Amino acid sequence: MPDERGDMVWKKIGPLANIPVRGARRLCFGMGGKPIAVFRTGEDKFFALVDECPHKKGPLSEGIVSGNSVTCPLHNWVIGLDTGAAQEPDVGSTQTIPLKLENGELYVGLVMERA
Amino acid sequence: MNMMTDPREHLVVIGNGMAGMRTVEELLKLPGGKRYRITVFGAEPHVNYNRIMLSSVLAGDKEIDEIVINSREWYAENDITLITGDAVKKIDRDQRMVISAAGVTVHYDKILIATGSRPLAPPIPGLGLPGTCAFRDIADVDKMLAAAKTHKRAVVIGGGLLGLEAAWGLKQRGMSVALVHLMPTLMERQLDAAAGQMLQRDLDRRGIAFFTDGQTEEITGTERAEGVQLADGRFIPADLVVLAIGIRPNIDLARAAELEVNRGIVVTDDMRTSDSDIFAVGECVEHRGAVFGLVAPIWDQAKVCASRLAGLDHALFTSKALATSLKITGVDVFSAGALMAESENDDEITLRDDNRGLYKKVVLRDGKLVGAVLYGDVVDGQWYLGLMRDKTDISEMRDRLVFGRAFAENLPAGKGPDVAAMSDDTQICGCNGVSKGSIVCAIKDKGLASLSQVRAHTKASASCGQCTGLVEAILADTLGGAVERKAPSICDCTDVGHDEVRKAILVQSLKTMGAVRAAFGWKKPEGCHKCRPALNYYLLCAWPGEYIDDSRSRFINERVHANIQKDGTYSVVPRMWGGVTTPSELRAIAEVAEKFNIPTVKVTGGQRIDLLGVKKEDLPAVWGDLNKAGLVSGHAYAKGLRTVKTCVGSEWCRFGTQDSTGLGIKLEKMMWGSWTPHKVKLAVSGCPRNCAEATIKDIGIVCVEAGYDIVVGGNGGVDVRVTDPLARVATEDDVLEYSGAFMQIYREEAHYLERTAPWVARVGIDYVKKHVVEDAENRRRLHARFLYSQKFVQDDPWAERAAGMDRHEFTKLPELADA
Repeated sequence: MPDERGDMVWKKIGPLANIPVRGARRLCFGMGGKPIAVFRTGEDKFFALVDECPHKKGPLSEGIVSGNSVTCPLHNWVIGLDTGAAQEPDVGSTQTIPLKLENGELYVGLVMERA
Repeated sequence: MNMMTDPREHLVVIGNGMAGMRTVEELLKLPGGKRYRITVFGAEPHVNYNRIMLSSVLAGDKEIDEIVINSREWYAENDITLITGDAVKKIDRDQRMVISAAGVTVHYDKILIATGSRPLAPPIPGLGLPGTCAFRDIADVDKMLAAAKTHKRAVVIGGGLLGLEAAWGLKQRGMSVALVHLMPTLMERQLDAAAGQMLQRDLDRRGIAFFTDGQTEEITGTERAEGVQLADGRFIPADLVVLAIGIRPNIDLARAAELEVNRGIVVTDDMRTSDSDIFAVGECVEHRGAVFGLVAPIWDQAKVCASRLAGLDHALFTSKALATSLKITGVDVFSAGALMAESENDDEITLRDDNRGLYKKVVLRDGKLVGAVLYGDVVDGQWYLGLMRDKTDISEMRDRLVFGRAFAENLPAGKGPDVAAMSDDTQICGCNGVSKGSIVCAIKDKGLASLSQVRAHTKASASCGQCTGLVEAILADTLGGAVERKAPSICDCTDVGHDEVRKAILVQSLKTMGAVRAAFGWKKPEGCHKCRPALNYYLLCAWPGEYIDDSRSRFINERVHANIQKDGTYSVVPRMWGGVTTPSELRAIAEVAEKFNIPTVKVTGGQRIDLLGVKKEDLPAVWGDLNKAGLVSGHAYAKGLRTVKTCVGSEWCRFGTQDSTGLGIKLEKMMWGSWTPHKVKLAVSGCPRNCAEATIKDIGIVCVEAGYDIVVGGNGGVDVRVTDPLARVATEDDVLEYSGAFMQIYREEAHYLERTAPWVARVGIDYVKKHVVEDAENRRRLHARFLYSQKFVQDDPWAERAAGMDRHEFTKLPELADA
């Protein structure tokens, strides 16, 4: 997928089953120096976000997942998994990252910087 | 605007307190208020605050900024010039000038004097030493809070409203408190002897020592206060002495200006002093021989004074029947009018239940109510006050009157008063003189939907707060919601409170979080980060061995059995039973620290060793190595048993009376692994010197020659609370049984995230004693339930994870197998 910053590369991260229900895992690689978290909800929906709370960069992957949101473990900001946006009255958002499931395997979409 | 060309008259307000600023607020509401340019002088360096709530600040129930009435922005928005920290020194009536201590000189057209009162300070030798203060303003509260941090013993002189609130506040701040009162019973001007004695008994049980009939002769000490010497020879050691025996109107400025003064600044019914351009309101005034210390009549004065300033010529001030209440959490006192029969024509009707701590007395004269004293249940206070003010003929309900409104008026039985049945002119807020009708009007006309909005618009419940429940009930009734006042809900997912949920879990046999949420119609099907950890704990506590812990509903620290640090690394604290370790354990810790490059090794306050800065992926391997040396999780991350701190006791110490170390280890072996509403810390001291600091722990044991003193409900931290004594027992087995029973009743009844200190403060130590000490059978049952639940949790979580459990928590994706 072309992008003004570069091309999207889909990277395989393993089966959905590796992620606990209402939980998350951090990836062993990041994007642009930022860590990535992959979430799985109680309804088996899955999302990927930059693993940093917009507030103080708390690790969202360590938070409690309820419905389609996660609560940051540091100061209880609630972040929407689908939008990356903080729930009111807090303001801010964290970057969402494309994620797809193919043949039981999850892939994250990474944008590679052009050389 | 240029002063010379400003066409408005200049109103100078002397005193930035509640009375003066309420008058200004009232004035600004009136069209006539526009005629003034306003300057306010305040001697204190603060904006206007609610002085009545200082005792709540002292007791830690409120913060200073919560009691601010008008912010600096408010003064600016209303074009008021505010000069703080600068007292007015002189009123020059010839030149029509007001001159401040700092030399600010302003011309006036009208003056409002609202200088309030000063603490009464008789010439007691030693008054004025460091460590003595009054209880009047923020500076006094600051002094007391500072003393409470560094010193232990406080003596409060004065057993009236203010003195009692000061004593209670200092007790809440962890000081040991004695109270000296000149009279035989407390609050003798507001309470009769019976109610005064019940109050003394209740506060005595809460740990305040009383010296009644006590005439203070001297405050001793040279560098600072060391004690209070009473005339009858009694001596009370003290590091802090608070004088709170009363107030007197602050009239110096008025007297120097040659205004008519007596006890207070003399005012007529229109709140004018002897100079018709100078008004006065509040505690500094004297009206028809009376001076004022309570807020309700002062609000009336403010209204009258504002009307007069605005040029309305009909408003007149009259004194009405007054009511008093005391702001001590859990102590409900109300009094109004006559305290007792004053002649043969008067009748007293009394209802008294010593066991429940209930007392009600009404005083009747000519078929009308002229006085009421209530202790323990004050729900009907405002109703009685209304009957007195309206001079209602009560002969019809004379035989039912003392039982309260619901019974006297044959209202349907319910928990609280039926607000729907109240007439519109029923006074709800005594402090601010707000009727039910005006609250309902404000709610309807302005579309108010919350308590804070009602407070902002009507002032109802904005002063002492005692009528908060009634205002909430009126709000709910007007908006068509439930009238019954609800306890605060667990979270936004539901309206039900903690107690209701805990009860339903047992009564309806709810055994999963889903079942609980379904039973109460949770708004979010999966709950949220607030309710899920709470429900998980409640279910775990209710159904030990049955309910399966949901790690996804636990905070990160409890899920990975280590404490997350601000940089995303973790800390690891192995258990050291009773604070005892061995060379081989220390060697293992040293080797682990080196092997995993752990940057910081620190000794904790709980007699253990903390390894800080461990990378998350190293945790299972670190635990595995520690396990090999016999070290297990110290649960330093858990809402559960943390440490049992001990001193060396009789084994080594020449003062030790019992084997405190051994007992500490037994307690820790019994309790480790348990989950509790909040963290629990224990300590065992081998003698009353208390080196293990047992009196600021959730459960503390202080060994004495005759056995063991068990104390509970203490904690260190921001709000230090000293334990309450639970019992003295003879044997170690008793200690284990009482401690286990206390732990279990706390586990079963406290709210999630409520430590033992606020829980004991909320339910009262007497309640705990009743169930744990006095009822031996219940104690055994509690202890047995605790031991049963322990059967399912005493597996080392570190060993399980070192062996591979929850591997996904400690490794990143994709795992090697998938890459």
